Amino acid sequence: MPQEQHTVRSYAEELKRLSGIIMRMGGLAERQVADATAALVDRDTELAAAVVQRDVEIDALDTEVESFTVQLLALRQPMGADLRFIVAAMRISQDLERIGDYARNAAKRAIVISQQPLVGSLNGFQRMARLVQENLKNAIDALVTKDVAKAHAVWAADEPVDEIYNGIFREMLTHMMEDPRNITAATHLLFIAKNLERIGDHATNIAETVHYAVLGDAITEERPKADASAYAVVRPPS
Amino acid sequence: MSATMTDQATQSAGFGGLSARSSAELNQTARISIRNLDFFYGTNKALKSINMDYPEKQVTGMIGPSGCGKSTLLRVLNRMYSLYPGQRATGEVLMDGNNIIADDVDMNALRSKVGMVFQKPTPFPMTIYENIAFGIRLHEKLNRAQMDERIEWALTRAAIWGEVKDRLNTSAMGLSGGQQQRLCIARTIAVRPEVILFDEPTSALDPISTLKIEELIDELKRDFTIAIVTHNMQQAARCADQVAFFYLGELIEVAPAAQLFTAPKEQKTQEYITGRFG
Amino acid sequence: MSATTQPALAPAKNAAVAARLGRSRKRGDMMARSLSLLATSIGLIFLTSILVTLFYKGFNAMNLSVFTEVTRPPGSNGGLLNAIVGSLIQVALGTAIGTPIGMLVGTYLAEYARGSAFGGMVRFVSDILLSAPSILIGLFVYSLLVLPFGGFSGWAGVAALAIIIIPIVVRTTEDMLSLIPNTLREAVIGLGSPKWKMIVLVCWRSAISGIITGVLLGIARIAGETAPLLFTSLGNNAWSTDLTQPLPSLPITIYSYAGSPFQDWIELAWAGALVITLAVLGLNIAARSLFSGKK
Repeated sequence: MPQEQHTVRSYAEELKRLSGIIMRMGGLAERQVADATAALVDRDTELAAAVVQRDVEIDALDTEVESFTVQLLALRQPMGADLRFIVAAMRISQDLERIGDYARNAAKRAIVISQQPLVGSLNGFQRMARLVQENLKNAIDALVTKDVAKAHAVWAADEPVDEIYNGIFREMLTHMMEDPRNITAATHLLFIAKNLERIGDHATNIAETVHYAVLGDAITEERPKADASAYAVVRPPS
Repeated sequence: MSATMTDQATQSAGFGGLSARSSAELNQTARISIRNLDFFYGTNKALKSINMDYPEKQVTGMIGPSGCGKSTLLRVLNRMYSLYPGQRATGEVLMDGNNIIADDVDMNALRSKVGMVFQKPTPFPMTIYENIAFGIRLHEKLNRAQMDERIEWALTRAAIWGEVKDRLNTSAMGLSGGQQQRLCIARTIAVRPEVILFDEPTSALDPISTLKIEELIDELKRDFTIAIVTHNMQQAARCADQVAFFYLGELIEVAPAAQLFTAPKEQKTQEYITGRFG
Repeated sequence: MSATTQPALAPAKNAAVAARLGRSRKRGDMMARSLSLLATSIGLIFLTSILVTLFYKGFNAMNLSVFTEVTRPPGSNGGLLNAIVGSLIQVALGTAIGTPIGMLVGTYLAEYARGSAFGGMVRFVSDILLSAPSILIGLFVYSLLVLPFGGFSGWAGVAALAIIIIPIVVRTTEDMLSLIPNTLREAVIGLGSPKWKMIVLVCWRSAISGIITGVLLGIARIAGETAPLLFTSLGNNAWSTDLTQPLPSLPITIYSYAGSPFQDWIELAWAGALVITLAVLGLNIAARSLFSGKK
């Protein structure tokens, strides 16, 4: 988020480098989500295995961000917007690392599911993944361009994700009740849906962090939420 | 982190609730209030309609680039500028309801209430004991025992008693820079002022001596209202409850330290504290 | 940081040009050095010859009676006791009167009159007085104290010496006080001290070794003055400590004895010259060691 020219040029370049790492991590996390979803839909175990392996790259970047931000705090004693940006980078890096873990988990389950009969339609998963990816991308863009409006849009756009998740939750319960042989696949699918939903939540976290980094205060409104699965009950069709 | 913050808060809770440094809440009672203050060096206007308060028993840091007027403002608070013909201030600086920049103010009495510590240590060419006694004798008549007691008190408050108690009758010039500065602080508090002004008190000291002075300032704010001018932003961040940022003779922003250094409201402040200036 | 922002390196030096420049620089250096050495040695030759002559003749003429006997007619084995005592009295009183006045004026210039037009004028006049020929001061006192009161007197001599030492003390006092950092003054004022207490208790105390040095150098200067005493205390060949009468002094005695045709008087003059020189030398050494010791 480098604004104007810093008096100490090497400091400005370090901030730029930090911003670059976060962008790389964001791109990598998006790709992991996309690939995990594709592996699920296409029953592509090789792609799924690749996702699982690639997670270490995100973890490595997270470690790098952590040590680099600590180094910046110690050596540059940042203030104001610089301080907020560095703290934000630390937090966003952790969010991205969790997103990577969820994507890896989804990919692992995709491998199991590929050996099971197909249960229901995967359209919902595709739509959910697309929404989540877009939010993630917009959140990272908002950080780099200091675009509070965009961050706000991401923050508000988590609602459709929750709605799709609710739909999948009900659908999977129904499938399980219809035929117990569906239970393995449906449970894994349920977890994948949960993973995608959690990824969406982390994207909104990132958006909140961006808001803090740019303006210096927290978003005070209540976030619109539509995850009603905690109250969902599906009656068996006796 | 939160544990130490809480400790500080409970320790300082004795006077007026939470410590401002941890809660970002300032003490609401103003010890000194500045209203529409203008300052002139001859015809050159060095301060432009300043309005701000110095909260009682808290540390106000004053930062800004060289020539921004922060030191000038400090020297208004004890009328130091009146030593120099051609320097004058207009407006109001209120302390106990009196305008201290009025012409009829007893400046010696004012300076006994508003003490000052300077950039370079300024020990007088006499013994350590006499250095402290000098200021006391200007304002009070004490007998020998009372004087001894007051000097021990001042040196103890300035955290230097242990280092000098065995050589009170040796010259103060033999002390190290950091010790000399703490001696000067002792000399200032020995007069028992209500406000202490620090004009870049550590810019001539090494980092350890600097930290000792900062610790001392933190300790002194239990009893004194403190104003500190510093070029070192980190120092203001470490010591001050409230920070005022000056630029070209204007007060750009005054806010609790935690707020000013993380999320300043003014663009100029933001540029200054992040090092993107001009 | 990056190589592209660095200015291009200067082209390689031409070795032949550099060597030629180096030789001419060396020649210039040699010339300047020999000229200054020559000037120094000329000065030193005269100085040492004066000192060697003085010490040689002075020590030859020196004996105890120089300090125990008063001046006597030629051939009667006199000394310089009355001249030495007369000089001591006049120098001591001149210093005692001139020093406080000089210190106060210097203090006024340094502490109260900084940047003021009147202060500048006082400083200018004092500096002129500092370099004025001492015979003028003698004439001035002559017309002020000798003519109106009908005769030469020790007091007139004291006054002349005091007038000579005043500008010296003014100068050193002002210089020493100006050396005190302003923050020290502000520190005193900041404690709520009135200005006069600041000057007396802190500024003078800080400047005292420098001021004493100035006073010692001033004493050394007036101890050797002859011209102003010629018109004031005149000199006296008999023992006298009466300040209302003409008073003997060492420089005057040397002046009149050295020009006399009598061999024993000329020898006494050499001895007196040596006494003054050693005293002045001693004062200078004392002043220097005091000043450097305090620093």
